[in-house]
Amino acid sequence: MHAAVVVFPGSNCDRDLAVAFEAAGAKVSMVWHKDSELPEGVDIVGVPGGFSYGDYLRCGAIAANSPICRSVAAHANRGGYVLGICNGFQVLTETGLLPGALLRNAGLKYICKTVGLTVETTASDYTSGYTAGEVIDIPIAHHDGNYFADADTIAQLRGEDRVAFSYAENPNGAQDDIAGILSENRRVLGMMPHPERAADPVHGGTAGAALFRALTGALETA
Amino acid sequence: MKARVHVMLKNGVLDPQGEAVRHALGAMGFDGVNGVRQGKVIDLDLAEGTTEADVTAMCEKLLANTVIESYTVELG
Repeated sequence: MHAAVVVFPGSNCDRDLAVAFEAAGAKVSMVWHKDSELPEGVDIVGVPGGFSYGDYLRCGAIAANSPICRSVAAHANRGGYVLGICNGFQVLTETGLLPGALLRNAGLKYICKTVGLTVETTASDYTSGYTAGEVIDIPIAHHDGNYFADADTIAQLRGEDRVAFSYAENPNGAQDDIAGILSENRRVLGMMPHPERAADPVHGGTAGAALFRALTGALETA
Repeated sequence: MKARVHVMLKNGVLDPQGEAVRHALGAMGFDGVNGVRQGKVIDLDLAEGTTEADVTAMCEKLLANTVIESYTVELG
């Protein structure tokens, strides 16, 4: 599996994400935001956490309009895989690849802690390594993680089994406790929690590693 | 030409910052505030020939996220 990790000015989880992909057996290319093309043969694009463009205007808004993001959108529209974590999730909603938006946390505070995530569906190449209903410990670190979408969109996400993860205890006011959602073709995943920060024993937890292993397994055999 | 764009969270979208300001005003003794909504003002200095339609396109594509925000444009 060949993964590309996008680097924006202000990204700070790009290397962590690359290490997590590599640990699962992927070949990784780092891609700069000014590049207009993804490397040949990329199976999945990782859009990492951080503060792209200083979070100016809105989190992810300027990144979503960067040259590389046009290629990322084209990759997704061709049926390619895209994983957006934290700021990457914000970028994916701003590009329109995923519905909804991420608002300021209801409590107004930046929250950095490990939370329980309920695996809502195993029907995706990201979550097939878990069991449905399992609660996994994954860190969050965000100020704007309060997922918002209109009631019809939430009902559609639930109806189509596209909520990948929900918070066992809602930390940020997210609607319907939503922590991560899938695209209609289930190949684009956006999530606020950081599986790449729970992917090695030295992280203090390894619950995130199964996501990367599942992906590599699915895309190697594809 | 200049344009001023106002961007506000849509009605029904929780504005935690506005709520925090409302609480602070209440704590300061300003009892008459029923609600606060906080938004953004963006001033654009536009080159000759830029149209209102261009500004609307800027709002739709970048300046506002119409999933959660509404905007108004004043030309001056």
